Amino acid sequence: MNVKKRLLDGARMNRAIRRMAIEIVERNRGIEDLIVVGIRSRGVPIGERIAKEIEQMESQPIPFGILDITLYRDDLTTIAPQPVVKPTKLPEPIDDKNVVLVDDVLYTGRTVRAALDALIDFGRPRSVMLAVLVDRGHRELPIHADVIGKTVPTDANEVIKVKLTETDGEDEVLIMEK
Amino acid sequence: MRTANSALRSKDLLGIEQLSPEDITLILDTAEGFKEVSERPVKKVPALRGQLVINLFMEASTRTRVSFEIAEKRLSADTLNFAASGSSVEKGETLIDTAENLMAMHPDMIVIRHKYPGAPKMLAERLPASIINAGDGGHEHPTQALLDAFTIRERLGRLQGVNVSIIGDIAHSRVVRSNIHLLTKMKANVTIAGPPTLIPMDIERMGVRVVHSLQQAIQGADVIMMLRIQLERQGKLTFPSLREYYNTFGLTPERLRGAKEGVIVMHPGPMNRGVEIASDVADGPWSVILEQVTNGVAVRMAVLYLLGGAHMGGE
Repeated sequence: MNVKKRLLDGARMNRAIRRMAIEIVERNRGIEDLIVVGIRSRGVPIGERIAKEIEQMESQPIPFGILDITLYRDDLTTIAPQPVVKPTKLPEPIDDKNVVLVDDVLYTGRTVRAALDALIDFGRPRSVMLAVLVDRGHRELPIHADVIGKTVPTDANEVIKVKLTETDGEDEVLIMEK
Repeated sequence: MRTANSALRSKDLLGIEQLSPEDITLILDTAEGFKEVSERPVKKVPALRGQLVINLFMEASTRTRVSFEIAEKRLSADTLNFAASGSSVEKGETLIDTAENLMAMHPDMIVIRHKYPGAPKMLAERLPASIINAGDGGHEHPTQALLDAFTIRERLGRLQGVNVSIIGDIAHSRVVRSNIHLLTKMKANVTIAGPPTLIPMDIERMGVRVVHSLQQAIQGADVIMMLRIQLERQGKLTFPSLREYYNTFGLTPERLRGAKEGVIVMHPGPMNRGVEIASDVADGPWSVILEQVTNGVAVRMAVLYLLGGAHMGGE
């Protein structure tokens, strides 16, 4: 796969994440009952960064959780081998909370569909908001993001590669071509 | 993309003997993910939705059958229990005929317990469904060994180099055979102890150390695994009396004084209190016996999940 374009470098990614944090607080009108939940795997470090930005802005800790959606995928019976299952960790009950789901890339919407199903098994949140670092289009389900780091029109044969210091050693977002 | 540590290589789980250390690690890692499901308010995930699992228990079992059934239900599989008594088996049907009739109803997996060693293998070779061995005669009981290993790993953080002593009726136990296979593959040190009449000749060839006193077995052990004395085998003169067995090999708090700090005591159940284990030990601080039961569900969920999609892949 060839790199076609560098969409974000480290500094621009940080700015995008900071702006996402501000938008989340604004849309939620504060941080009351807010829980940030990252979708495994790259939604986790992005979610942690967003939570940290909000904490700095508001000088208050923000509960952070991790959602594993493997068991809720709609392609479990058609893919082999089975993807590795890891635990879901939510810091507190989500009943009546305002949950912010965080993922790296929004594409078909199927991951988010699975994440909503997984979340609802843990309780009944007052609201669920979706925040993604990159929205690349090509939705297959009626799902949209509320807070977006960067919107980019893509071709179906392109791949968005999000690299994060926590998992890949550096921060950048690349458009690759198959 | 089928790599060594992201999939089981077989459609079936017939025993530990056929598994690689990578397979074992994959199952145990996956079980960690599943343990959390049992602690949720809604204890159910849709992973095996629409799959039919038949529990074919041709020999009495409570704990294993219930554990499998809970695991299946928590994965949203449809389950059907089939026991030998009150079924066509009593009318003289052979195992193969029973299985082929069940197969005609398109189950995705069959969990089988049978008194004859090799019965699961025979089904695995004939049927397209995934077969899970839930105990076959004196041969293997793989999910028991996996849940034991999961419990040890959870408590001690590792399997490699852990000293495990298994005490009791070694000769008649499928649990021991599966455990020895698993623990030696994962480089734990296994010691076995029991009356000489209950220890098979040549068992050292499986890579274990044999001692004949409880004290020797306890000394230096990180894990003490007590086995059930099979009361139904009384009268076969393998030892003089239950009382004498308790006096020689029964695990008591006094005897545990010779053990390492932090030793854990395991038992696959069902226990005979006052025969192989004293109540004060079974209910004491050393005991992880009920944790084993909890972990059994997580481990069986992992096995069902890993086998569940395997044979349907690529469709």
